[in-house]
Amino acid sequence: MIDPVTLAVLKGRLEQIADEMDATLFRTAFNPIIAEAHDASHGLYDAVTGDTLVQGKSGLPIFVGVMAFAVRATIERASHGELADGDVFIFNDPYDGGTHLSDFKLVRPYFHDGRLFCWLASVGHWHDVGGNVPGNYNPVASESFQEGVHIPPVKLVSAGQINNDIVDILKCNSRQPTSLYGDLNGQINALDLGAKRLGELLGEYGAETVAVALAELRAMAARLMRAHIRDLPDGTYSAEDFLDNDGIADQPLKIALDLTIEGDRMVMDFSRSAPPCAGPVNIAKSTAIASCYVALKHVFREVPANAGCLEPVRFVIPESSILAARAPKPVGGYTETILRVIDVVFQALARAAPERVNGCAYGTINALSLAGYRRDGRRWVMFSFFGGGLGGNPESDGLNHGNAPISTATIPPVEILEAAYPVMFTRWALRPDSGGAGRHRGGLGAIYELELLEEQADVFLFGERGRFAPAGVVGGQPGALNRFFYPQAGEIRSPPMASKMVGLSLARGQRVRLETPGGGGYGDPRERSPEAVRRDVRLGYVTRDAARRDYGSDVG
Amino acid sequence: MTTKPSIVVGVDVGGTFTDLFFYDEASGALATRKVPSTRGDQSIGFLDGIAAGGHPFANLAAIVHGTTVGTNALLERKGARTGIITTSGFADVLEMRRRDRRQTWGLWGEFIPVVPRDLRLEVAERTLADGTIRAAVDPDEVKRVARMLRERGAESVAVVFINSYANAANERAALAALREVWPNDYLTASSEILPEIREFERTSTTALNAYLQPVVASYFAALDKRLRERGSKGQLLIVQSNGGVMSVATATRLPVRTALSGPAAGVIAAAHIANTAGFPNIITGDMGGTSFDVALIAGGRSVLAAQTTIDFGLVVRTPMIEITTIGAGGGSVAGIDRGGLLQVGPESAGSDPGPACYGKGDRPTVTDANLVLGRINADRPIGGKLQRLDAAAAKAAIDAAVGRPLKLDTYAAAEAILRIANSHMAGAIRLVSIERGHDPKRFSLMPFGGAGGLHAGSLIKAVGLASALVPRFPGVTSALGCVIADMRHDYVHTVNRALDDLDVGALGASIADVERDGRVLLGDSGVALEGIETEIELDMSYIGQTHTVATSLPADTVRNLTGLSIRQAFEAAYRRAFGRLLEGIAIRVLTLRVAVIGKRPKLDLARLRPAGGSLAEAQTGERQVWFEGQPHTTRIYDRLTLPVAAEIPGPAILEQPDATTWIDPELVAQVDGFGNVILRRKS
Repeated sequence: MIDPVTLAVLKGRLEQIADEMDATLFRTAFNPIIAEAHDASHGLYDAVTGDTLVQGKSGLPIFVGVMAFAVRATIERASHGELADGDVFIFNDPYDGGTHLSDFKLVRPYFHDGRLFCWLASVGHWHDVGGNVPGNYNPVASESFQEGVHIPPVKLVSAGQINNDIVDILKCNSRQPTSLYGDLNGQINALDLGAKRLGELLGEYGAETVAVALAELRAMAARLMRAHIRDLPDGTYSAEDFLDNDGIADQPLKIALDLTIEGDRMVMDFSRSAPPCAGPVNIAKSTAIASCYVALKHVFREVPANAGCLEPVRFVIPESSILAARAPKPVGGYTETILRVIDVVFQALARAAPERVNGCAYGTINALSLAGYRRDGRRWVMFSFFGGGLGGNPESDGLNHGNAPISTATIPPVEILEAAYPVMFTRWALRPDSGGAGRHRGGLGAIYELELLEEQADVFLFGERGRFAPAGVVGGQPGALNRFFYPQAGEIRSPPMASKMVGLSLARGQRVRLETPGGGGYGDPRERSPEAVRRDVRLGYVTRDAARRDYGSDVG
Repeated sequence: MTTKPSIVVGVDVGGTFTDLFFYDEASGALATRKVPSTRGDQSIGFLDGIAAGGHPFANLAAIVHGTTVGTNALLERKGARTGIITTSGFADVLEMRRRDRRQTWGLWGEFIPVVPRDLRLEVAERTLADGTIRAAVDPDEVKRVARMLRERGAESVAVVFINSYANAANERAALAALREVWPNDYLTASSEILPEIREFERTSTTALNAYLQPVVASYFAALDKRLRERGSKGQLLIVQSNGGVMSVATATRLPVRTALSGPAAGVIAAAHIANTAGFPNIITGDMGGTSFDVALIAGGRSVLAAQTTIDFGLVVRTPMIEITTIGAGGGSVAGIDRGGLLQVGPESAGSDPGPACYGKGDRPTVTDANLVLGRINADRPIGGKLQRLDAAAAKAAIDAAVGRPLKLDTYAAAEAILRIANSHMAGAIRLVSIERGHDPKRFSLMPFGGAGGLHAGSLIKAVGLASALVPRFPGVTSALGCVIADMRHDYVHTVNRALDDLDVGALGASIADVERDGRVLLGDSGVALEGIETEIELDMSYIGQTHTVATSLPADTVRNLTGLSIRQAFEAAYRRAFGRLLEGIAIRVLTLRVAVIGKRPKLDLARLRPAGGSLAEAQTGERQVWFEGQPHTTRIYDRLTLPVAAEIPGPAILEQPDATTWIDPELVAQVDGFGNVILRRKS
């Protein structure tokens, strides 16, 4: 047994190590997706199983669940050869390692007294890894080969000696080799720092004590999660939601969940979901499980972030599902599908515990890239994700312009984007009437409009929620749909695939506009206080007409 | 008056008490006072306190003020009705933030910006990232929009244009137009506050400055006027969040820099006291009437943060001492919530009505619990305004609000109140230490504020800290910090040039300019200084990175600045921070930061050393004090007459005019050579 004070100290110290690794990469990364949007994560993983032991608090939540699978894939690969202190493996395989090809995982064994103590891992979203579309969100990919370069777990560093051949291969497969090189170095730095800090900790407390603490933290997470599940009434709760399309065929794709509570166990059964699709919104099973973990952690906040969380949960995800894709099914748009998985978990749980759950968030990542050449011939790629409204919740209206549930990413400032790329934003504003009506209204989405300052650029958009709006819960109404506008042949158009667009050519002075969804409402709109409706109209969050329609209010 | 004014007085106005520390620069004499704060108009308590010191106002050389006026206005959202004028298309920047949310896990919570949407108006103007003016601002449009803001009740205005860090011409033109029509001086342009890239951080800092300006400026003006009316010719100086002090003129222009003024002064004093006493690693716990402020000092240095979030979305980007605040103090109100659970704080009874034992209110507080348990002397109330505390009223309030609902006797209910309050405070200490990887065994707690010494023993046991160091005058530590803090002016300017394209001569010239401005400000302040130091930092990165490394330039290299010396300084800083350099990638200079620091004479803490005395002489009596359900016969000592090296085993209570220290039966106390009391567990 370990005394509770030492346990608390070690919990803080271990999380601090992961947090410091996060911070090191954020500060040294070249591409704003990591540096500003924090699309990265670091942690410590079990020596044998690869299970998550400790995860940083500032990285991307979705990686919390997924990295265990990435480490497992490395363990499998490492079992075929020698493993030495100072080795670092690198790969981006999304089927074993989760997520998509843009996410490069670096995994390093950590030895203590000659024995493997645990694994340290770093994942970061690189700016460009080849494929058909700059920035790699290819909405019409039908095979992963069109999405980017594909690297299985290979040894990048052998006992401290970096293999520059691999670095050269990677650089030569990117439109942004300098950015890639900088990010890669940042991840190696983060792993170095993690190893150093962990060494200090083990030196101070002894490996035995730290190992006991790690086991106890896991047991604690499992105990807490069981207690939460026990509080939910037994029964089966179902929810369905849809993706607009897969970017290739304009057909809705169903994500269905039957969630069963039985005492302190939970079963999440996704059998009724769509089969694998032709386009890039498939996800690997590891990714699907990780997204359920994110949804549960949002509802049961205080459960520590480690593998113990999922001990009482059983998953049913058939091999024939869009949620269990195999190579080379394209998975580049995995963010859209996991957001939908999280939405159905919220909707199902709202039926079991309406007082614990919020309306759905805006539910699309809106990966927008603009790419072209500068006058001096240099290539530029601006790539960013955009925000929207969060759902109304039992306590308050939803947050205006928040980040997605899978992320803690901040949006790059306009001024940073304009300093780095030849664009000028003409609008960066809240979007009136986008929050779903409810006793507590959904938060507002945003309107972003930008103008090209160079001669020509190609525009790509990978979004969702253009046909199926973010749902409200407990009687709340859905938020507004996602919309994208561009000029073509003298008129303003929207993409035929709603929110997916490839290679639109934009000329100097032309503008594109993205309008993102708000969150779903919470509770019956008729229960909203007239005072709150009047304030919404006065501040322009809701137009007079919408207030009359949604709340039946005479707002004067 | 023939003598030169020689009294420097530090004044820290808290929610409950106004603390004063007097230092006579001529004789070296030190004195303290504590008087009740006056809500509504703090300047009354302020002047009462100075008068209580017994020095003629004409003898004041400087009055250094740590204030919570700004902090409270932000936390309680009681700033002025403020308008924003911004670039067309960007009125919502303040509300959209950086698209963050309150916490990683959990999607609840909303954000109410300090400037509502109908007071954020746009004008057609545009500057590009390279500083080119794409559309000039139309002064008539600015005036039109200003009139709308005026009609909607705005008292102050923030002007924030996109890319104004690169070229402030449009902002300056808008400000000039505004000055023609705006009825007061409460106008803030972002390029004056923070000429730095990143529009949200700049907007938030500028808006909060405007939001605070009317409140803070009128307070300072009234204070300055009253001091002069009473005959003071001394300079009124204000402590900034960075731990340095500034003139009232600067504070009136930049009130956002006072966001953490009071707490910062306390940390400055704590660092000085602890270093002198040989405790380089301390956690300060400032317990006042309404809040508990925690800061960490490792290796003798407090941590300076480039920006702080006062509350979710309320971002202030100016250098600040890192301080964590929770709502737990002597005035924290205890009660039973709807779920039947005992709650203590964050609501505070403040100084009016104050704790039940003050005789005005009937809701029990932490102070009432301490009184009922015998830890505070009812006949010697701190602060001196009341003759005695009403123990019967405290008992009645505790019985009614906590004892009867929980079926506890008065003593058990009082101990339960303290247990909850202590666990809140222990949590705040863990947050800054354990959760950031610092081992509490290596740290000592420095409690201050009037009530800190009552809780220090419980806190070191709860968190596992090595010891507690109770300073000589715990109740007036922030006031002491005011007296010893240096003058400091921070400047920041976005450069955003590749090192290879940088005009190093021009950079050197602008450093010299800023340094000269700083020296002029220091000279104008009329404050006695021992010397002036300049700290110069460039925020630099490899081109392509968005985050930067603070690269300090040694003062002697600044005069002969070269591209090579800047590169070498960056590479050294980068290697120190991240281990490896990146070959073949160009370097960029993003921001220039200059701090001009006027060193003020340090008072000699050895002057606090007690002279002579004996333990027996210091004992003033005995009383029953409750601890863990039992009454203990407890010796009471006059803290200030305890001799050096005296060892006092618990149970014991040390009393002094501004604070009380409780040494429970499991602790032992010792007086060090500076009059500090060190508490440790009995071995």
